[in-house]
Amino acid sequence: MISFERRAVPSRVMAFATPCLAVLATMLAGGLMFALLGKDPVAAIRVIFWEPLFGEFAFYYRPQLLVKAAPLVLIATGLALGFRAGIWNIGAEGQYIMGALCGAAVGLALYPAETRWIFPLMVLCGALGGFLWAMIPALLRVRFDTNEILVSLMLVYVAERLLSAMALGALRNPEGRGFPGSRNLSQWDASANPELIAGTGMHWGVVAALIAVIFAYVLLERHVLGFHIRLSGEAPKAARFAGVVPGRLVVLCLGISGALAGLAGIFEVTGPAGQITIGFNTGYGFTAIIVAFLGRLHPVGILLAGLLMALTYIGGEIAQSQLGLPGAAISMFQGMLLFFLLAVDVLTHFRLKFGRSEATPALRTEAAE
Amino acid sequence: MDLSAINPVLLVASLIVAATPLLFAALGELVVERAGVLNLGVEGMMITGAICGFIVGVESGSAYLGFLGAAAGGALLSLIFGVLTQYLLSNQVATGLALTLFGLGLSALLGQGYQGVKGPTPARLDIPVLSDLPVVGRIVFGHDLMVYAGLALVVAVWWLLTRSRAGLILRAVGENHDAAHALGYKVVRVRLAAIAFGGACAGIGGAYLSLVRVPQWTEGMTGGAGWIALAIVVFAAWKPWRALLGAWLFGGVTVLQLNLQAAGIALPVEYLSMSPYLVTILVLVLMSSGRAPGSLGRIFHKTG
Repeated sequence: MISFERRAVPSRVMAFATPCLAVLATMLAGGLMFALLGKDPVAAIRVIFWEPLFGEFAFYYRPQLLVKAAPLVLIATGLALGFRAGIWNIGAEGQYIMGALCGAAVGLALYPAETRWIFPLMVLCGALGGFLWAMIPALLRVRFDTNEILVSLMLVYVAERLLSAMALGALRNPEGRGFPGSRNLSQWDASANPELIAGTGMHWGVVAALIAVIFAYVLLERHVLGFHIRLSGEAPKAARFAGVVPGRLVVLCLGISGALAGLAGIFEVTGPAGQITIGFNTGYGFTAIIVAFLGRLHPVGILLAGLLMALTYIGGEIAQSQLGLPGAAISMFQGMLLFFLLAVDVLTHFRLKFGRSEATPALRTEAAE
Repeated sequence: MDLSAINPVLLVASLIVAATPLLFAALGELVVERAGVLNLGVEGMMITGAICGFIVGVESGSAYLGFLGAAAGGALLSLIFGVLTQYLLSNQVATGLALTLFGLGLSALLGQGYQGVKGPTPARLDIPVLSDLPVVGRIVFGHDLMVYAGLALVVAVWWLLTRSRAGLILRAVGENHDAAHALGYKVVRVRLAAIAFGGACAGIGGAYLSLVRVPQWTEGMTGGAGWIALAIVVFAAWKPWRALLGAWLFGGVTVLQLNLQAAGIALPVEYLSMSPYLVTILVLVLMSSGRAPGSLGRIFHKTG
């Protein structure tokens, strides 16, 4: 009989080991899936994880790594703050869209002015757009005790509809011969979010992501606010006694994550994506949830997890073109990673015990540790 | 805009059809939540059911076998959630989200080659005299069997929860799992059964979309129906009868919005199609008065 026994203190070793374990398990299960699809599993795994970094065309793929990781890290860092406090913002995809829309709208309103001040203004408005969109679930939760999970998610669908309405209507390029989509923002000097160091993929979004990671780390580890966030998640009752106002925390966590998602959106639309189109959002807001958990809700972990997830995106694209692996297989691969992660996470808080469980001796060994 | 183009009889008839997938999914989730488990993977199970049902339907040529396949697919997927949350004690919110993400990928993978294929549709009921009655005939007697199965399920779930011993145990597990455990009930087993039931129901709801309502397979075709079903459970205050009401309300909004589009209302389609989601939010704001089961979403770990 195998059973679990709660550890007195979460294991530090396991906290580092479990994500690696999950990645390994996903590679095995993913390989099995690729084999079932009639592809060589070893070759597929090699293409996904090796080719983008060290393959023949790595000089082209390596910069992509930062381009793809930046929005994931930016969004996931914000989400993790809320997840730690038990506040579930799963509508980051919507906040990402609204950030891009608000920022782009402000920029396009000033077209064709030629001043470099437009870009910072757009970034500010992007963050504000995401922030305000996140305030809807936040304020509804505080005022009416409405479930923020459902509201934030519903708003993703609303934002997607608004995105297509804008791409077809108000923000459509007047010189685009009637095609949907806005003017190209990355080709207009005043609004472009260019590659800062040639050949690295480094753009302002990457800089923002790094700053966000450092900011979140300091907040969580060194600031009383971070302590309150962690306390609310781990011991809600104790948090009340410590003077934490739950409503304020909801507004704060949703606000920060919304603003960061909005930032990711505006950096994307002015840089890699270039313009507002109907299919502008590609699911970064949802993948960021996986990134947040893969990084164990820790800023530094999220940084690494974002890079890994970006790798599977790029590797997945290569596998699609080289091996004809269906795109859906890659999103399943990412979904599997989250499952395995959640499955092995039990080892951090519990230890495996073989044989019949007895409560008292276990307590003694836990105390001795 | 020409409002006279909207036929009220057809509107009500199609409302009932539009509500059916939501009803199945919401009833399933309602039972799961009454057992104290919050499964946010309804969307993933629904879309998996949609493609499983469609594949089985196309390959076998029978829509009803398709629904059976959908129930099996949904239940199997939900058991991943069951094992993770009940045995490996993972966080239910995170695992439910994972289930949705995984289900969306899985369905897209399974559905390759089924895009644009025509599936079998279940025949509409045709009772000689009754179905020919002017208004009532179309609204009450003019549907396929699954619509009536959905209504029967409302009664069955109500009976199970309030009138049977099994329902009493299920509610005990949901209200206070430690007390239920102390009384000797198998908390984990009851919950796994509830989770599988919820998965099967969500699967059937999804298959109703791909086999009857749309009827074809497209990627991501559930478009948030699973999340609306979750909202209906809150709206229903965890009571089956009110879930029926909620499903009709959302079915009504969806159908009305489609009818207004067809009637040529002077509002872009994008804004009209926001309405079901906005109504969901509105309803959640107005109806957050119900009391959730006591142990909802909490992890049960048997000690000693």
